[in-house]
Amino acid sequence: MSKYYLNYLDELESEAIFILREVYAQFQNPVILFSGGKDSILVTHLAKKAFYPSKIPFALMHVDTGHNFPETIKFRDDLVEELGARLIVGSVQESIDQGRVAEEKGKNATRNALQITTLLDAIESNKIDCAIGGGRRDEEKARAKERFFSHRDDFGQWDPKNQRPELWNLLNGKYFEGEHFRAFPISNWTEMDVWNYIQRENIQIPSLYLAHEREVVRRSGSWIPNSEFLKLEENEEVVTKKIRFRTLGDITITGGIESDADTVAKVAVEVSSMRQTERGNRSDDKRSETAMEDRKREGYF
Amino acid sequence: MQIDNNQLLRFTTAGSVDDGKSTLIGRLLYDSKSIFEDQIEAVETSSKKKGHEGVDLAMFTDGLKDEREQGITIDVAYRYFTTPKRKFIIADTPGHIQYTRNMVTGASTANAAIILIDARHGVIEQTKRHTFIASLLQIPHIIVCINKMDLVDFSEENYNNIVSQFEEFSSKLLIKDVRYIPISALLGDNVVNRSENMDWYKGSPLLHELETLHISSDLNKIDARFPVQTVLRPQREGFIDFRGYAGRVASGIFRPNDEVTILPSGFTSKVKGIHTLDGDLEEAFAPMSVAITLQDDIDVSRGDMIVKTNNQPEAKQDVEAMLCWLNTDEAKPRAKYTIMHTSNEQKAIIKEVVYKIDINTYDRNKEDKSLKMNDIGRVKLRTTKPLMTDDYRENRITGSIILIDESTNETVAAGMII
Repeated sequence: MSKYYLNYLDELESEAIFILREVYAQFQNPVILFSGGKDSILVTHLAKKAFYPSKIPFALMHVDTGHNFPETIKFRDDLVEELGARLIVGSVQESIDQGRVAEEKGKNATRNALQITTLLDAIESNKIDCAIGGGRRDEEKARAKERFFSHRDDFGQWDPKNQRPELWNLLNGKYFEGEHFRAFPISNWTEMDVWNYIQRENIQIPSLYLAHEREVVRRSGSWIPNSEFLKLEENEEVVTKKIRFRTLGDITITGGIESDADTVAKVAVEVSSMRQTERGNRSDDKRSETAMEDRKREGYF
Repeated sequence: MQIDNNQLLRFTTAGSVDDGKSTLIGRLLYDSKSIFEDQIEAVETSSKKKGHEGVDLAMFTDGLKDEREQGITIDVAYRYFTTPKRKFIIADTPGHIQYTRNMVTGASTANAAIILIDARHGVIEQTKRHTFIASLLQIPHIIVCINKMDLVDFSEENYNNIVSQFEEFSSKLLIKDVRYIPISALLGDNVVNRSENMDWYKGSPLLHELETLHISSDLNKIDARFPVQTVLRPQREGFIDFRGYAGRVASGIFRPNDEVTILPSGFTSKVKGIHTLDGDLEEAFAPMSVAITLQDDIDVSRGDMIVKTNNQPEAKQDVEAMLCWLNTDEAKPRAKYTIMHTSNEQKAIIKEVVYKIDINTYDRNKEDKSLKMNDIGRVKLRTTKPLMTDDYRENRITGSIILIDESTNETVAAGMII
């Protein structure tokens, strides 16, 4: 066989770099949406590669629900310092204080959906015309329909039935005043690809992704971490388990799985034999069959 | 999992509404163990709700709310699965006529196309349409799956008839590589596992074909083309004079000291280095994303193309192309559109529609020259500045264009340069 071909990880990397460079070339003020999760860390790493030896030309934007894992915030701040990048924080707490949104009520209340308003406000007030996300098409059925360059109208809304066709490598990032774009450079990566690549590139990730001892509560089939925000129900009991997280969202809704995988290599092996989807432990997606689609239409990540 | 040397294969699936496309994709995902337990549970629950027995494989590919309610696919959806041999990306595109644009979209980056034919009905109009699009978009490999063989008693004669039908009409088209497989997506015959019901079929099951298609020779290795996306000027210590041109190699191979010409300016220089965060490279080939530095200090910017001096594309302001119209607003002759070609962006007008093609009969219509949504026609374009083009047949990257309507910013047409 000819030596002139790329393996699939190199091809995915090259595609993502291409998209990040198109974002830089076509938009005035793009940011990376940075949650501290592995996908946004991966996007940031790919941006480093895309613009080397220049610095990353994007600010990192974090939509902060206030319900964070402390580890995530420390990781974020360390990375921002290392990159010499600018950090923009959109605070859900501020949106609540200003009366832009109201806290959800009830047993499973979260600040997940409240992020939409904070995100759109931050995009508007910082005059951001493209927000780069770590969304992947394999994550969820609505995300399977996303474009690399995804248009948002002047209300920040996504219209999945009326998207611009995206052919070859020709990306149309044209917009009118008030509209913006989301860009998804790792659309074609799967969870497995992400872990294989993190391992290959030796990318630093928050320790939460590796197995560790933690106080947790059993809820809806997941291990929810104990935190100051958790209200215990009757019959619920705090126990200590060796767990790790497959995704990182709000501390209030992100369930861990029992695991002994305490290195990236072990996690990659474990993921390859997983029989549950990655977002299966995210109660935000379990609310209805179309929970993600509904939130995305409104302007969610 | 050690799959480091594995290639990525992108394929598209085309079929009409009831010929089992979703079932086939569901079968591939299910039998290759790419479906998770919670997804299976969700589908089992919905299958029961709808009164189906067992697991309805087609439901694994359901997407948006409207699609589930109407039981159709509206937009291109992408699916992923990996085997020990390859990683696969499926562009699952809807088959009904109003969605030609989605099929064209899915086909534009595909290495292979699966065309499904219902064994009971043989070649129908939609088969011809799908094959035409696969040929127009120059998908290098076509796999014709004759599905629902279980409903024709796994008859070899039936299969042979359909193969002949297909060969007859497709002889008018430019197709490089076509193979035929008799399958039953519903029962799994010849999808992942070899069929026990069709021992007369001596070829491989579908998955094996997909795993072994020779795709590395599909890329153009001859014509070195490097469209510049952006210029890297770090202006920091260690890189004060660094001026790198960032881009993805469209085709061919670049090495240090290669004599290159910058288009459209025509300045010549030599490649000084090929740079990445992981170190400098001895060569770069498609589709690698790199930064190239030149030995001379010349003006290069986004939209320019670096090519080898001894092998240059054509600089054209009069461009002929096969155009697929993608928008509900029909083509406006003499109106100005934005044209995107690699990283180059100019204005263009449609000077003339030469003919429109009936994609079911392949007849050329020189009377009705209006281009409406899903129409395909040959056009003459005039651009404000030259584009550096190759024929689409030789080069899918430097031979493709899109048109953007300035009044809506929508992508209204996709074109293949002739």
